[in-house]
Amino acid sequence: MTNNTTESTPLVKSGLAEMLKGGVIMDVVNAEQAIIAQDAGAVAVMALERVPADIRAQGGVARMSDPDLLDGIRAAVSIPVMAKVRIGHFVEAQILQSLKVDYIDESEVLSPADYINHIDKWKFDIPFVCGATNLGEALRRITEGAAMIRSKGEAGTGDVSEATKHIRTIFGEIRALSSRSDDELFVAAKELQAPYALVKQVAREGKLPVVLFVAGGVATPADAAMMMQMGADGVFVGSGVFKSGNPVARAAAIVKATTFYNDADVVANASRGLGEAMVGINVNDLPAPHRLSERGW
Amino acid sequence: MRIGVLALQGDSREHLLLLKQLGVEGLAVKTEGDLAAVDALIIPGGESTTISKLLVNFDLMPQVRTFAKSKPVLGTCAGLILISDEVIGALPDQELITGLPVKTERNAYGGQLNSFEGSVVFADGTSENVAFIRAPKILEAGNCEVLATHNQEPVAVKFRNLMGASFHPELTGATHLHKLFISLVEEHQS
Repeated sequence: MTNNTTESTPLVKSGLAEMLKGGVIMDVVNAEQAIIAQDAGAVAVMALERVPADIRAQGGVARMSDPDLLDGIRAAVSIPVMAKVRIGHFVEAQILQSLKVDYIDESEVLSPADYINHIDKWKFDIPFVCGATNLGEALRRITEGAAMIRSKGEAGTGDVSEATKHIRTIFGEIRALSSRSDDELFVAAKELQAPYALVKQVAREGKLPVVLFVAGGVATPADAAMMMQMGADGVFVGSGVFKSGNPVARAAAIVKATTFYNDADVVANASRGLGEAMVGINVNDLPAPHRLSERGW
Repeated sequence: MRIGVLALQGDSREHLLLLKQLGVEGLAVKTEGDLAAVDALIIPGGESTTISKLLVNFDLMPQVRTFAKSKPVLGTCAGLILISDEVIGALPDQELITGLPVKTERNAYGGQLNSFEGSVVFADGTSENVAFIRAPKILEAGNCEVLATHNQEPVAVKFRNLMGASFHPELTGATHLHKLFISLVEEHQS
């Protein structure tokens, strides 16, 4: 690198995620799907061996994808490629950094490798995105070095209710924090189990210091627009596109609804002629041990 | 004066905040109607491939091209790529707005791992700290006026009504580039 520069600063890492704002990030399992996502206007793809709906259906231990699969997808598109590692699996993260993927998702969708610790993400130059179900969890991930947060939702269900719950919880807790007086923030930090300095920053600015996307259960243009209207910076769509009847049309429609989220006429038109949505599973029908959003601490 | 910020995807909000800070009215531009309501346009950072696809998919590309032929346009990072006449490293079928006579290389500083913060020096000696994120590089500035350099290489240029910069001033609170753009818009209005 040239003189007069500093690489991989927190600003640069979170700045990378700023460039994804207003966008849709789609799960893909091969190069063909990645190209469909790129043509639809996806801002990045998440490269996986199995989408969450299949991980859920097939069971077993879910791990980082094969490097050959990741290379194939990277070669096929010019938009950024993300890939998942198991929670706490810092060697899978080292491998992804070595493969030069653009972002690492330390994800509850895979089977956790460590039931106590998450990865120390400050040790990596590559930016991390992490899931959260509430503000405390988001701030703990940021403390560990996450440059982007996504609310978890319940991946692989096509049921948006958990995504709604998590984004509402995070924004609600931020609003509550902003209304607290300075001398109440010490105990707020204790309650949130997050560092005081970060809690104070969020209280003062009224927002997270990094980009906040929504994930887990988004399956229709209306779902995406709803998440944007609630204040999300963008959306992840996992199984919702490629487990539907017409992935090409649905991918483009979800992208359009994400950009024009405030225009009901556009979202209405985007909702036409999309064929079957993914069948889906109601989160309430999932036995508690099978709820992915409860992984991570 | 009202300056639009293309808001199909990318960090349009930061540009709008910067305009507000400088006392200029801004408008998020998503449609042909929005475009008709502004005197100038900023094309922000984001994913150039994505913004290009969205301009085409949402039928906005011809209108933005026409706008850029006569009205002031500032492109930063992805925006620079989109207004460049020649781009290396873009998709073979990528649609560009064009108009700025430069040769630009996409992600020329490397990928994600080679993003960095650094200082840029403007022609009047002003130096500011800015972010280069998966940044494009201006390989040939042709007949453009060089507005700013980083390590002696051009990173911001101007040609007639168009300005392009490879960096992100909006992430570090740098204001000089936007001030120059506002002056350009004022010149165009007078």
